[in-house]
Amino acid sequence: MTAALELRNVTKRFTLRRPSPFRRGRVEHVAVDSVDLTLERNRVVALVGESGSGKTTTGLLALRLLDTSEGQILLDGEDITHLPQPALKPYRRRMQVVFQDSYASLDPMMTLGEIVAEPLDIHAIGSSSERRDEARRWLEKVGLDASYANRYPHELSGGQRQRVSVARSLILGPSVLVADEPTSALDVSVKAQIVNLLMDLQADMGLSMLFISHDLSVVRSLADEVVVMFQGRIVERASTDRLFAEARHPYTRALLDAVPVVNPKARRRRTFLGVEELLAQTPRLRPDDCFAPPISDTADPQLVALAGDHFVEAVVEG
Amino acid sequence: MGCPPARNDRMQLVDIADLHVSFAQHEGLVQAVRGVTFHLEPGESLGIVGESGSGKSVTCAALMRLLREPPARITAKRMMLGGHDMLATGRKAASTIRGKVAAMVFQDPMTSLDPVFTIGHQIAETIRAHRPVTKRDALEEAIALLRRVEIKRPELVVRQYPHELSGGMLQRVIIAMALSCRPEVLIADEPTTALDVTIQAQILQLIKDIQAETGMGLIMITHDLGVVAETVDRVVVMYGGKVMESGPVEAIFEAPLHPYTRALLDSIPGQAAGKRRLVEIKGSSPNPVTPPPGCPFHPRCPRATIECRQVTPPLEAKAAGRLAACIHVPAEVPPVEVAA
Repeated sequence: MTAALELRNVTKRFTLRRPSPFRRGRVEHVAVDSVDLTLERNRVVALVGESGSGKTTTGLLALRLLDTSEGQILLDGEDITHLPQPALKPYRRRMQVVFQDSYASLDPMMTLGEIVAEPLDIHAIGSSSERRDEARRWLEKVGLDASYANRYPHELSGGQRQRVSVARSLILGPSVLVADEPTSALDVSVKAQIVNLLMDLQADMGLSMLFISHDLSVVRSLADEVVVMFQGRIVERASTDRLFAEARHPYTRALLDAVPVVNPKARRRRTFLGVEELLAQTPRLRPDDCFAPPISDTADPQLVALAGDHFVEAVVEG
Repeated sequence: MGCPPARNDRMQLVDIADLHVSFAQHEGLVQAVRGVTFHLEPGESLGIVGESGSGKSVTCAALMRLLREPPARITAKRMMLGGHDMLATGRKAASTIRGKVAAMVFQDPMTSLDPVFTIGHQIAETIRAHRPVTKRDALEEAIALLRRVEIKRPELVVRQYPHELSGGMLQRVIIAMALSCRPEVLIADEPTTALDVTIQAQILQLIKDIQAETGMGLIMITHDLGVVAETVDRVVVMYGGKVMESGPVEAIFEAPLHPYTRALLDSIPGQAAGKRRLVEIKGSSPNPVTPPPGCPFHPRCPRATIECRQVTPPLEAKAAGRLAACIHVPAEVPPVEVAA
């Protein structure tokens, strides 16, 4: 079966003309560097990394909200990399997004009913009364009362607004959902509500979800697979349990180690590595340490297969 | 500089009793803090945990007299900072006390610094505002402080502008500035919330190291129970403008007394391996304009009874060194005098 979403060797370069008011010329920045990513059907893949790692850019590229510099994007096996915007419209029904800031992503002048029904309007689905009923049904499905349809975004709390964002994204019945830090702006007690809502809907609808987050604790409870990004590159990829138990890349380890431990008795001193030190510690493997033969025979770091669908960026020394 | 009122040296660093803070707004009176009581011993580290709107930041801003009055209205039985009565202090004298006794670090380091002055200039200015030293000496001291917060090549950084530094570096600069007046207590309001996880861990370690080295008191305001578990000795849990529970950090994490603390701990994701639904707290935080009667947590509490709606539970001693505001928590020890 084809994957729901596939990124093949995707690179995104940004050119900064006039990098600062005092400098001329242009600077090129590689935000996403040769990323391969497969989102299988009915799976949750988490994309983790710190600010500047390229995880959000990768999400935008996957949704065709940004154009790629190189590589291919496949939705249900169809290449959508170079489709012009009008031709993309039918594909947009199948891939939707939830952003972090629910305040900025909901129009303050529209009622919640209008907001949730808007995707149906855009795609001209159903009569206006059918759209209204469907919007109400979705408000209930995300745990709000149908009477909220007549309210406005400012009347809601952050958690309730994020529920509305989820309803709007899912009303078209997409097969792929990109969730970019959907719980980062929420309070602890509400975060769990939204994580549970996403988990339930993902299972009910058989959604394939790309969950972009810096919060490893949430990722651990929700994802099937974790992809770790560092400086625009994928440095490690494994099933969630394996990644948390057997991380191989020093950056993944640093990331896991930095998560505060919710146990005052387990306090410890940590050692901190800088970017150069982390890069200097790229794992070195022998060809027989690899599960599959290395893709290329260069001495540059490459994503190498280990046992059990575990990949790590390493240097293979022949 | 105005002369601060005389102080009693045997006092606690911070001593707040029955603090109320409200703001007159369009939609009505916002009751941000509704009777908060806690204290901080010299050299102690205290975590104030709560969600947005719990009143944790407003409590400390009121203590430092940083709120504009009006619209803020502050009343309390006691509000002492380093032995000074902050209720009776005027704005100018309050600023002198702040410089001498307490320093504050905020969430967003970028907005705490002026973009048009160099880092060195801004630290030196802070030093010179509180102590009579020459510009050259102040700059030397700034370099030493930057070295103390583990900034590499501080003699270079003092000549840089805020936009040239990363968020983690800027937060180090802010901490250096806070330390410049050798405060007796450092109040850190979500100091790592805007930072990446690895940088957060570094900044927390730095704050802990400096606290151990200088013996200053520390108040860490945060919404993150992990941060609390990593850094402080004692915890105050706030909800709806009130203290729900307080006690030693190990005791609270091992056996929370208040149902709210219990629910918060249970809702932390990722504590065990495997994909699983999280334990959620139903409902949402109370509206500070119309707080629920009785216990603020009762609309969301699994143990709530009719009584919880009728009676506001007092914050009382339930075990040695532990206070809780819940009528369903029995006192395990004969109630001793409440050391507020």
